[in-house]
Amino acid sequence: MHLLFFIVFAGFCLAGAINLLLQSHPINSALSLIVVMVSLAVLYLLLGAEFLAIAQVIVYAGAIMVLFTFVIMLLNASREERTLGSRAALRVGFPSVVAILAIIATVILHTQGLGVARLSDGITSTEELSKVLFTDLLLPFEVTSVLILIAILGAVAMAGHDEKDLHRNSERTGEK
Amino acid sequence: MTILQFILWSVLKVAVVTVVMLLAVAYTVLLERKLVGRIQNRWGPSRVGPFGLLQPLVDGAKSFLKEDIIPTGVYRPLYLLAPILALGCALISIGVVPFGEPLSIAGSPPLFQIANVNIGLLVILAVTSIGVYGIALAGWSSNSKYSLLGALRSSAQMVSYELALGLSLVGVVMRAGSFNLGKIVEQQATQGMLTWNIFGGMQFLAFFIYLMAAYAETNRSPFDLPEAESELTGGYHTEYSSMKFAMFFMAEYANMITVGCVATLLFFGGWTSPFGDLIPPSENVFFDAGLSIFWFVLKVFAFLFLYVWVRGTLPRFRYDQLMNFGWRWLMPLAILNIVATSLWLAYR
Repeated sequence: MHLLFFIVFAGFCLAGAINLLLQSHPINSALSLIVVMVSLAVLYLLLGAEFLAIAQVIVYAGAIMVLFTFVIMLLNASREERTLGSRAALRVGFPSVVAILAIIATVILHTQGLGVARLSDGITSTEELSKVLFTDLLLPFEVTSVLILIAILGAVAMAGHDEKDLHRNSERTGEK
Repeated sequence: MTILQFILWSVLKVAVVTVVMLLAVAYTVLLERKLVGRIQNRWGPSRVGPFGLLQPLVDGAKSFLKEDIIPTGVYRPLYLLAPILALGCALISIGVVPFGEPLSIAGSPPLFQIANVNIGLLVILAVTSIGVYGIALAGWSSNSKYSLLGALRSSAQMVSYELALGLSLVGVVMRAGSFNLGKIVEQQATQGMLTWNIFGGMQFLAFFIYLMAAYAETNRSPFDLPEAESELTGGYHTEYSSMKFAMFFMAEYANMITVGCVATLLFFGGWTSPFGDLIPPSENVFFDAGLSIFWFVLKVFAFLFLYVWVRGTLPRFRYDQLMNFGWRWLMPLAILNIVATSLWLAYR
């Protein structure tokens, strides 16, 4: 049963990822990315990580990808064009991706002591997860939060700067 | 219980809940038309059936029979996908809501809830956040300026208010120590109304924030800018007709009902009686179960009434006011509520 679910959703995941690359219209690619993220959430759920799974859906599929589609809609991005650079990236990119995946796969296959996941395995509750986060992993957790705060401040500073420029521009056009 | 039994029970529950939900959606529309009519000193629908009670059924038949127009300039796959996504997400989230006390007969799973999930509250938030795509894609794929503007407004509004909505629920979750909706209800149920989260739990600020954010999330007045008819003709569903339009319409009302259910469960003690044990539970299990459903439906109905009342009373916000209100007022207030609640819980 577990294997069946895994194959189905891993299949969705791979199909979404391949479709993401094949589609020439950005909004289709964005939608395929959503499929990838939601199937990843199901794979997390199969491993018993319910909080992680739902956070994946809320944060990635629900918030970040909405902003992606938002930007695509706002810019009205059209079909991508094939240029010399994109063709070169295609030639070099695919072989190197295959090479990297092969290396990762060999390392994982040679790792000893990996367990087997079953549907009857216990689910890690949110309580257990937060206990680990706030005791054993407190330092990395808090450092990450500071990092995110810096990113937010950076975003606000950049947005504020742009607004000032806009005002200056509009004043300039007003003078003309 | 074997897997086959489980599947049969689940299919049965899903079928019943879907039918009840769709009927509830239809009659919420009638409720709104009737109430807004009374607020504006007119009758509302009164011709079809006694008191206009058959109006929703006739409206449904009309939507099915109307000509289905697909404009030439639309991006077809997404244009067709969008209403399905909107209505699907609106109906899925009801699946984790417990309607009554956990009663099971003859070894069945609990009857009044489709799925008892540990993280039920988060599932509702996740499904709502996916529902944004229905609106966003409808607006984009319609290839029309009104639709696009409506969809942009809507996705910006929903992403902004989702934050305040999620943060306002943290206080309740901290008090219950669980995301499970059933556990959250049981934690409030000890002494009836006095221990409801909104009164005894001192979460009235959270409730206020939740209510505002929920009105914005469901695109309802006074935050109905995505479909402001005076500016955008119809908003994101301008180019949709017949049943596809009706699907967006139903999605909006289904979302209203879900929001009402969540507010009832989190702040108003869910299916439990407001009088606690002042009225002792009777001997008959089925009577008690029926009573619990009665209280739940009554509370949700009160929310729907409030929705319509607000729509009939308040004018629409301006767009910058909406964004300012969400980011500068609701979000800091929600964080304040989290800090205050956690301090109180630590002190106790």
